[in-house]
Amino acid sequence: MNRAVIWSVWLGLVTPFTGGTAQEIVVQKGTSVATLSAALRRAHPGDHIVVRPGIYYEPTIVIDVPVTIEGDSGAVFDGRDAEDVLLVTADSVTIRGLTIRHVATSYIDDRAAIKFQEVTGCVAEYNRIEDAFFGIYLAKSTDCIIRHNVAIGRKTTKTKSGNAIHLWNSRDVLVEDNTVSGHRDGIYFEFVTGAMVRRNVSTDNLRYGLHFMFSHQCEYWDNVFARNGSGVAVMYTKGVTMVGNRFEDNWGSAAFGLLLKEINDSRVEDNIFRSNSVAIHAEGSNRLTVKGNEFIANGWAVKIMANSIDNEFTRNRFVGNAFDVATNSRSSSSRFSENYWSAYRGYDLDRDGYGDVPFRPVRLFALLVEQYPPAIILMRSAFVDMIDLAERVMPILTPETLVDEHPLMEWPQ
Amino acid sequence: MKSTGKILRYQLRDVIRGRWILVYTLVFLLMTDVLFRFGGSGERVVLSLMNVVLLLVPLVSIIFGTMYLYHAREFIVLLLAQPVDRTSLFLGLYGGMAIPLAGSYAVGVGLPFLWHAGGGGGGGSALGVLLLTGVLLTCAFTALAFLVAVLFEDRAKGFGAAVLVWLLAAVVYDGVILIVVTSLWRYPLERPLLVLTMLNPIDLGRVFLLLQFDIAALMGYTGAVFSRFFGSAVGKGLALTVLVAWSVVPLLVGLRRFRMKDF
Repeated sequence: MNRAVIWSVWLGLVTPFTGGTAQEIVVQKGTSVATLSAALRRAHPGDHIVVRPGIYYEPTIVIDVPVTIEGDSGAVFDGRDAEDVLLVTADSVTIRGLTIRHVATSYIDDRAAIKFQEVTGCVAEYNRIEDAFFGIYLAKSTDCIIRHNVAIGRKTTKTKSGNAIHLWNSRDVLVEDNTVSGHRDGIYFEFVTGAMVRRNVSTDNLRYGLHFMFSHQCEYWDNVFARNGSGVAVMYTKGVTMVGNRFEDNWGSAAFGLLLKEINDSRVEDNIFRSNSVAIHAEGSNRLTVKGNEFIANGWAVKIMANSIDNEFTRNRFVGNAFDVATNSRSSSSRFSENYWSAYRGYDLDRDGYGDVPFRPVRLFALLVEQYPPAIILMRSAFVDMIDLAERVMPILTPETLVDEHPLMEWPQ
Repeated sequence: MKSTGKILRYQLRDVIRGRWILVYTLVFLLMTDVLFRFGGSGERVVLSLMNVVLLLVPLVSIIFGTMYLYHAREFIVLLLAQPVDRTSLFLGLYGGMAIPLAGSYAVGVGLPFLWHAGGGGGGGSALGVLLLTGVLLTCAFTALAFLVAVLFEDRAKGFGAAVLVWLLAAVVYDGVILIVVTSLWRYPLERPLLVLTMLNPIDLGRVFLLLQFDIAALMGYTGAVFSRFFGSAVGKGLALTVLVAWSVVPLLVGLRRFRMKDF
């Protein structure tokens, strides 16, 4: 037999099983395929399932064939008391344009609107998730894309809410252009490597806008984290890149713009921190590059504990913060240079753009408050202004090494 | 007592005829106006004014009060030769000093808020507290001024004492608090600090004002304790009572001395 014949026979045998040309299955109320589960039973790998408008109440829908599921606008899956609404166990599944609402709280398992379980190549895009416990949940999954989704949580209490986008033990995931709010954490990563997170907006979450642990080599670009209960907290991770993000209005006695706990060898660049009670709090974080950020109208711009070493703060802009830099020790091994400080009172006689007098960003009062917290009650007292002035003229107590030798005279526009 | 009103009216006219009260009003007017023009919202202006008010108002009140009573010595002696009882005279003089001072402060700070922020502009309640604190501080430090002027016959000593009282309340007291905090920080200090703060009218005014702003979130646990106390009706009542007591008590002591004083 010649080759062409063999091929045609083989294709003839295989086509009915693989669907050769992808088949389209329409889910519509009142037809023979009235539910997504029914459609999935007759689906072959590579099929395209279209969900017509309507509200679908189904028990957990298990997607175990690689298909694309696309919702017309108005296609709503209501979880009622179901556990997960969509549970994906097949590789290369795309879920697009669905609305999923009402996923019940559970104290035993992590119920999600869309859960990907041990898959690769998954895509969740243009979905809308309302009132869900967990929104989009990836466990042990790789090479996935989560984009343009909207998740609006029920905003009750931290214990009754889950996370909007939750990644656990996953690799190489792209998370972009999502809008999440009202959940416990907006974006939550644990044991995730190589994720790219960009242009997301995470606001008004009960706890953190972004929260990750043990998630190395991830990048965060151009996201907005605002008005979250405790801001952003990231921990136990190395090789993080955070560029061009905005941390705003995370205000409260336990709120942080960006809390870095044991974050090593990372870059925090060109971000904007505005109106946070603490813009950056660094604890046990080493070898960070903090560059080109703007700190505007925060309570504390930078709180850096003495257990953080070898950090570089260059060309940042500090404007109108109650405390520019605070630390809890007289020795500090972080370096500040070429920053712009609105509190700088020096001059530039040789007109090279850098102040001739070094700037000491740690006020004596900031140091006192860090060591004796009740002293904060003297905030804005004339006496405190006086001792600050005296210390600035003749530094004795504030960290000798924590000094900006070349403060910028003007912030380059 | 019926001559109090007469004396008060005369005093008011006398004070208003003097230029200094106008200058005092203008200072506040300009300061508030400039702060608004430099792009502040109502709340930020209040915050910026706070420090100035807490220092300037007590200083001006105590200096002008002392000066005024020394200045009016011949007038007092003259009036005492008439059938005027000493209580009416003293209270009339006090009112004649405290009312214009408090009034010009309130006008100077309040008017710019009217034309810049339409009366509030986000700082409504904070402005209210600022005005109230300023007025009560004026009354308290005028009373202290009168006490000082009655206690010291010698003008130079009197001025010295007045400045000292201001310095103690405005600056030194906070130094003492800082020493207490740094030496006793191992103990729970929130309540003792609350008491210490209540005992000084300037500190009380400062903390009470600070808690009106969301800056209170920076103050951690101590701030939370204070915030809860001054947020409660009891706390507010107690704070106001203490501030009023700081005018009433020195005034009464001064009055006692004034009644027995040999001119």
